Amino acid sequence: MAMTGAQILVEGLLRQQVEHVFGYAGATICPAADALRAAPQIGYTLVRTEQNAGHMASGYARVTGKVGVCMVTSGPGATNLITGIATAYMDSIPLVAITGQVPSHLLGRDIFQEVDITGAVTPFTKHCYLVKDAAQLPRILAEAFHIASTGRPGPVLLDIPIDVQEQVVRHVEFPQEVHIRGYNPSVRGNEKQLDHVAAAICKAQRPVICAGGGVFLAGAQQRLREFVEKTGIPVVTTMMGLSLLPTEHPLNLGMVGAHGNVCANQALSNSDLLIMIGTRAADRAIVSPKELQKRLPSIHMDVDPAEIGKNMQATVPLVGDVGVMLGQLMDREITVDCGTWRETLRLQRSAELSRTYPVRTGSVFPGRLFRLLGQRLAPDAAVCVDVGQNQLWACKHLRLGGGRLLTSGGLGTMGYSLPAAIGVKTAQPERQTVVICGDGSFQMMMNELATVRAKGMDLKIVLLRNGVLGLVHQIQNQPPYHGSFGVNLEGDPDFAALAAAYGVESIHVSEEDQVEEALDRLMAAKGSCLLIADVSSQCLTTD
Amino acid sequence: MKQTISVLVENQAGVLNRITSLFSRRAFNIESLAVGVTDYPSLSRITIIVDSGNSVVEQVEKQLNKLVEVIKVRTLDEHSMIGWELMLIKVSANARTRENIMTICQIMGARVLDVTPTTMTMEIADTPVRVDDFEGMLRPFHILEVARTGIIALQKGSGKM
Ligand SMILES: Cc1ncc(C[n+]2csc(CCOP(=O)(O)OP(=O)(O)O)c2C)c(N)n1
Repeated sequence: MAMTGAQILVEGLLRQQVEHVFGYAGATICPAADALRAAPQIGYTLVRTEQNAGHMASGYARVTGKVGVCMVTSGPGATNLITGIATAYMDSIPLVAITGQVPSHLLGRDIFQEVDITGAVTPFTKHCYLVKDAAQLPRILAEAFHIASTGRPGPVLLDIPIDVQEQVVRHVEFPQEVHIRGYNPSVRGNEKQLDHVAAAICKAQRPVICAGGGVFLAGAQQRLREFVEKTGIPVVTTMMGLSLLPTEHPLNLGMVGAHGNVCANQALSNSDLLIMIGTRAADRAIVSPKELQKRLPSIHMDVDPAEIGKNMQATVPLVGDVGVMLGQLMDREITVDCGTWRETLRLQRSAELSRTYPVRTGSVFPGRLFRLLGQRLAPDAAVCVDVGQNQLWACKHLRLGGGRLLTSGGLGTMGYSLPAAIGVKTAQPERQTVVICGDGSFQMMMNELATVRAKGMDLKIVLLRNGVLGLVHQIQNQPPYHGSFGVNLEGDPDFAALAAAYGVESIHVSEEDQVEEALDRLMAAKGSCLLIADVSSQCLTTD
Repeated sequence: MKQTISVLVENQAGVLNRITSLFSRRAFNIESLAVGVTDYPSLSRITIIVDSGNSVVEQVEKQLNKLVEVIKVRTLDEHSMIGWELMLIKVSANARTRENIMTICQIMGARVLDVTPTTMTMEIADTPVRVDDFEGMLRPFHILEVARTGIIALQKGSGKM
C-alpha cells in the first residue's frame, strides 16, 4: 500500500508502541501532525515551549522505561528543543526527537526557518539522522528506537524535511528486526571478571556500593535491592541514584558528594572496597577520584565501556547490563563479613536522620519542610526536583519510602521539574506527583501551568521562595567572590495570583508552626495546588 | 607521543563530522586525518594521527567505538604498521638548479610531475620521516607550495582489522 513519509512515521511510532507524543506545531511539521491527527490512539500534549517537550518526554521515559517521543518544527522549534535533548543526553534518558525541516532541495540555502539541527545536536545525541528518502523511514525509525533504548540509553534525533514527509512510497516494508553492524552493546558480564569481582567482595571487610542512575536505566532497582539485602553491603547513591532504596532502608546511607550526606561520604572515605554500579563517578559525586583510586580498590560495573576509567580508574572493570550482571553475581557464592562496619555506619546514619532543625521566625527551614513532606507522600510517589538550593535540600532531607525522585543531575537544567512531572502524570495519571522548585526555576517553566490546566492534571508544587537565585547567591557570598550580583529576583510576580490565573489553588506558609497544616492542605487539595513556602535567602545548603 | 588510530566506518555523509566533533569536544588536536573507501564500497577507513598520552588515546578509542557508524577502531603499534604519506611539492627551479633538484629526487625516489622554465613539481610517497627529509633537502631551492595527504596506515603481515 502506498503511504506518505508522514504516514510511515506515524505507523512506525505505532509499531514501536508509542502512546504519547509531546510537541509544538509549526509549518514544516504539518504533514506529520496531519498523520498524527489520523491516529487518535497516540495521545498528544501541546507544550508551551519546545524545551519542555524534551523534559516531558524525559519524565515520561524515566517512569515507564519506554522511549519518550517529542516532535517540533524546524528552525526555532528545533533550537528551542536543544536544551531538552542535552538534558536527556547527560542523564542517559531514551528519547526520540523528531524535527521538521525545510524542503530537502533547499537545504543549505538558509531559507526561512532552516537550521542545521543534526549538526547542532551531534555532540549530545546518541545518534541522529537527516532523513532524505521516505522509503528509508521504516528502517531509520526502527534503528532510532533501538539505539535510544538499548545499551546506555540516550536521545536520538530524526530531522525530516517536509517534502520527505509528503513523499509517497509505493511499497512500504517495516523491518522485523534491527541490525546495525557498528552497534552491539554488551549485555552479559565477562564470567572471569565476575569471578574476580566475587572474590574481591568476599575479601572485603568494609565494602560499600555506590549506585547511580544506571541502575534505574537498566530497570534493575529490584535486583540491586536483592543483592544488597543478600550480601548486607551498605549502599550510598549518587544524586541520580536517589530513591533506588527507601531513605530509611537499613543499608541506605544516603547521597555521596559535595552536597551529600555526611554518613555516605564517611562510608566512602573509610571503605576498603568501592563497588560502583551504574554510575560514571562524576565530579559532583566523587569529588577527588584520583585520590580515591590510589587509596582503595574498586569495582566498576557499567554498560558503557567508555565510562570505565574516564573519571576513575577501577581495579576490576565489568561491562554489561547492570541488572544482568547483578544476577550473574548472585549466581555465585558470595559471603561478606562486614557486620561491625555495617553497624557503625548504621548508627551514624540514624544519628544523621534524627537530627533536629533550626527554628526561625518569618521563614521556614527547607530541611524540616522536606522531612514533613516525606511523611505525607504515598509509597510510590514521584517527586520531580528542580535545580539549585531547593534540589540540594530535597536530595539531602527528603525521605522517600519507595517511589521515585527525578531531577536533572547531569546538566543541572533549571526548569526541568514541572515539565518532567507532567511527563510522569501523562504516563501514570494515578500516581501521586510532586514538584519541588525555587522561585527562579519556577519562572523558567511556569508557562506549563497551562498544560497542567489543559490536561486537568493533579500536581502538587512546592515552591521555595527566597527572592534570589539561591544557589548562585550562596556561591557569590563566599570567597573568592565579593557578594551578590545579578541574582536578586526583584519583580517576582504574586505567585498566588499567577497560579489563580491558571486555575490552580495555592497556599502560603511563612512560619515553622504552620508547615504541617500547610502540607496537609497541599496534599489534600483536589487537583493541582501550589505551596509557596518563604525561605530565608541566608539559609545555606550546608545548614 | 604520536599515535596512529585506524578507524573503519560506514561510508556515509555526516560520519566525518561526528568523528572530528568528538575530537574537538575534548580539545584533542588532530595532526593529520586521511579518509578513503576500502575494498568494500560501504566501508571507509579513516587514519588519524594524534599527539597524546596513552590514557587519552584509550578514551578516544572508546568514544569512537560508541559512535553508531564506527565499526572498528584500532590504535596501531608503530613497529608493526606501515604508515605512508604522499606529498606534492613545487619549488623554484631554473636551468642552473634543475640538475641538483633532479639528483635529490633520484636519491629519494621522488618523481617529477611538472616542469616549467621557473618551477618544478615533484611527488614523493614514503614514510613521513623521509617525506620530511625530502622537503628539508628542497628548502634551499625555495619551496612555492606543498600538499601532503596525511598518513594512511595498515598493519604489517597478514593481520587485519
Ligand atoms: C538553565 C539554567 N540557568 C542557570 C543555571 C545556574 N544556576 C544553578 S542554580 C541557580 C539558582 C536557582 O535559583 P532558584 O530556582 O530560585 O532556586 P534556589 O537555588 O533559590 O533554591 C542557577 C541560576 C542553571 N543551573 N540552569
